Amino acid sequence: MEAVEKSKRVQSFTKTKSQRAGKEEWLQRALIILMLLSFLSVLIFPLGTLFAKAFQNEEGTFIGIANFVKYFTTPSLVQSFQNTLFIATMTTAISVTLAFMFAYCLVRTNVKGKTFFRYTALLPLFAPTMMHGIALMYLFGNQGLVTKGFFGTIPGIEIDLYGPVGIIMAEVIYTFPQAFLIMLVALNGSDNRLYEAANTLGVSKAKQFITITLSSVKYGLVSSMLVVFSLSFTDYGAPKVVGGQYNVLATDVYKQVIGQHKMEMGATVGLILMLPALIAFIVDQLTQRKQVSYVSSKSVPYQISQNSKRDSLSFVFCSIISACILILFAAVVLAASVKVWPYDMSLTWKHFELKSYTGDGFTAYKNSLIVAALTAVIGTIFTFVFAYAIEKIRRMAGVRKFGHFLSIIPLAVPGLVIGLSYVFFFSQPKMNILGWTVSNPLNFLYGSIAIIVIANILHFYSVAYVTAVTALKKLDREFELVSESIGVPFYKTFFKITLPMCLPAVLEMAMYFFVNSMVTISAVIFLYTADFKLAAISIVNMDDAGNLASAAAMSVLIIFTNIVVRVLYEVVTKLIRQKNMKWQNQ
Amino acid sequence: MNNSYLKIAGIHKNFGSFTALNGISIDIKKSEFVCLLGPSGCGKTTLLRIIAGLEQPTAGSIFINGKDMTYMPPAKRNFGIVFQSYALFPNLTALQNIAYGLKAKKIPKKEVKERALEALALVDLLHVKDKYPAQISGGQQQRVALARAIALSPDFLLLDEPLSALDAKVRERLRREIRFIQEKLQITTIMVTHDQDEALTMADKIIVMNNAEIMQVGTPQEVYNTPANPFVADFIGSINFWKESRKGKNEEKTAAIRPEHIRLSRTDGILAEVEDVEFRGPIYRLEFKVKDSSSHLYGQSIKVDVSTHDVNHLKLVKGMNIHISLPEESILAYNELVVS
Ligand SMILES: Nc1ncnc2c1ncn2[C@@H]1O[C@H](COP(=O)(O)OP(=O)(O)OP(=O)(O)O)[C@@H](O)[C@H]1O
Ligand SMILES: [Mg+2]
Repeated sequence: MEAVEKSKRVQSFTKTKSQRAGKEEWLQRALIILMLLSFLSVLIFPLGTLFAKAFQNEEGTFIGIANFVKYFTTPSLVQSFQNTLFIATMTTAISVTLAFMFAYCLVRTNVKGKTFFRYTALLPLFAPTMMHGIALMYLFGNQGLVTKGFFGTIPGIEIDLYGPVGIIMAEVIYTFPQAFLIMLVALNGSDNRLYEAANTLGVSKAKQFITITLSSVKYGLVSSMLVVFSLSFTDYGAPKVVGGQYNVLATDVYKQVIGQHKMEMGATVGLILMLPALIAFIVDQLTQRKQVSYVSSKSVPYQISQNSKRDSLSFVFCSIISACILILFAAVVLAASVKVWPYDMSLTWKHFELKSYTGDGFTAYKNSLIVAALTAVIGTIFTFVFAYAIEKIRRMAGVRKFGHFLSIIPLAVPGLVIGLSYVFFFSQPKMNILGWTVSNPLNFLYGSIAIIVIANILHFYSVAYVTAVTALKKLDREFELVSESIGVPFYKTFFKITLPMCLPAVLEMAMYFFVNSMVTISAVIFLYTADFKLAAISIVNMDDAGNLASAAAMSVLIIFTNIVVRVLYEVVTKLIRQKNMKWQNQ
Repeated sequence: MNNSYLKIAGIHKNFGSFTALNGISIDIKKSEFVCLLGPSGCGKTTLLRIIAGLEQPTAGSIFINGKDMTYMPPAKRNFGIVFQSYALFPNLTALQNIAYGLKAKKIPKKEVKERALEALALVDLLHVKDKYPAQISGGQQQRVALARAIALSPDFLLLDEPLSALDAKVRERLRREIRFIQEKLQITTIMVTHDQDEALTMADKIIVMNNAEIMQVGTPQEVYNTPANPFVADFIGSINFWKESRKGKNEEKTAAIRPEHIRLSRTDGILAEVEDVEFRGPIYRLEFKVKDSSSHLYGQSIKVDVSTHDVNHLKLVKGMNIHISLPEESILAYNELVVS
């Protein structure tokens, strides 16, 4: 009797197990196909539309490279192309040099106050690029603090802010933290044994610097140069605010598309805008493969030697850089809280009411919070689940490989191009796929919050994706196989093991999505509607309307929000780490 | 039906143009402990993964109890597996790790805990049940992984180099422990290893593989004493090879003898000089050069294992001359030629 019952029970186990195996496989395939469809509709189709448009005339007939020919024969456009190149080149030279020196001081010397310097250097990440422009106006503009010699106490210094000087200054501040972060990683990844070997061979310090230090960070250097170049090549915020009559590609696109409705010219400029990022992307992919071998598990971290003269010099340098950054932020905060800069410097809250005819003030700020929160939550979920599908599912290897490739493509697409291609693709009621015309099922998204959130997610997808993949790769490849062998469905292991283990990375992704959604303007400038404005856009509008103090106040609000989110992230991460101490490897 | 429980028939596996397995056929009896032994890259893990269903064979079939399960998903094959990395879930305690698979079955909660504790008791680790993997030693982690694999009472057990990450002493203890548990549960087990000692001490049956093919199947005694080919002879234990031409015929063959079978004597045998002396604890490994120009081994280097006692007794030192003899019954003969 008992035996019969037992065998029945066993049978029922195996039966449910077999059904589940089928369901699971189906689920995994569905997940991978969902990923592919997502990329198709938010990346491939829009970019394809943009690409096609650049080779068409207004009527949509194919005209080859005529648009490009027209572009490079229109003097004003060629001029702004040259301007953009000049801005990007200068920014790259200055920003990367400063970032390298700054990172070098923090990694390779015993300079005091490292934590402080580090956080200060990252501060510009929390602010929209327009803020750097606004701060510069308050310091070096016609009524600027420096221009006026600090209320006439010292002789004023006048620089020609509106134009290349202002743009380059703003871009340097904007790109500095990005370059700094890359250099930090590059300088940290060196092997002290090389220096020890060089010392025993009697190689001079100068020669060591060139042969070991520079050569070990050369990929980081190239990478940061390319990143800075393409960021400053495509930035819209700073030229908009301090550019004056100096035209650059990013502002051109906007004028062509929004101002003159020349879509195909906008698409053409958009493609040109993509070039540096595309080159950066290809170079990065090529060098990454070589770089892997540089630091092995046997590498010994760099030992900083004693040298007080070097340390004091570093301290002076880091202090100057930090002071520059802090002064900018202080200027904006001050400007936002005094009555009339620089005549009546008494404090007031009135600018924070954000009353402005154009900016939509508080509503815009609230909208931005909604968009940033939605981007953070939805973006993190999708990015992590897709990264999981690519990294951990065993089926459809070819598709997953393609998915990985698609996941890093957004790195090469500037925000402006994303926004532009979304306008082109989502606005059309019918779409054309390889000669077939079908109605566009995604047309309904146009003009909604959803499209702004989607654009943001795609814009910041790659970095979040890499964070997720790095965390997932640290988990044993065999977890999924073990689960499969003991009959636990994969989604259960995902929720019980994978997700809890990756929680710090998940939070980091959410924080990254949020902060960037708050400050970004390039993608969303084409997508917002009159009844759903965003904070970063209202800064531009308020600045346009001459309401600089409100623009400053809005910038302060954004920075404040981002710092709060960042602090929250740090606190929560710390709590999680404490809680998980037991099962983390000591 | 014959009495094979797990039947692997003509398995081929290609990765692109690379052949990882080439016509592998094995019969495994119920409750047998089988070791897959072979050099790195010969396809052991691939074969194990195919048995587990984690990889699909290019050709060939796998039967369990006569039932074809070549394309059955892993979850339905009812096996337990232990990976080289153990793959214990770091955020679950030892007990939770073992209960993890049980919970997925519709077993009452109380029984889950009972069975998990039972499995933990089997590997003698009740005292670490509430510890996380990071808090216990490598050997203990290995045993937890084993307990997790057997908690579901699988039909067979797959072990992929389960001991390779442990130090020598723990390894030796765990060899006995795994074998003890396997015998107690009478569970059919396939273990992958590239450690010949492990295979010799643990297995009922050893399957020696090389270059995607099976070289020999046999008991430890069989593969050691009568290796089927020069590869097995050389891979398991040490051996001396030399060429031997047959009398009368114009044909060359390979002869071989294990170092411990060679006798030393002050008077009888072939004259040889001690070229090298290597101390190995209980024995010495000596390297001789044959000096006797009338011998067909003239000029040949020969390894000989000699007990420490004998070395002291004969006062063997480098450069000394002594006679060696190769007992006829210990000489192995192969048709293949060995280049060495
Ligand atoms: N997914 C794969 N794609 C391509 N080649 C593979 C793949 N998996 C294994 N191989 C190749 O098949 C061969 C056999 O691999 P396998 O892992 O089975 O060897 P092994 O005998 O377990 O070796 P080791 O002792 O090093 O673990 C190797 O040459 C390996 O490079
Ligand atoms: Mg292996």
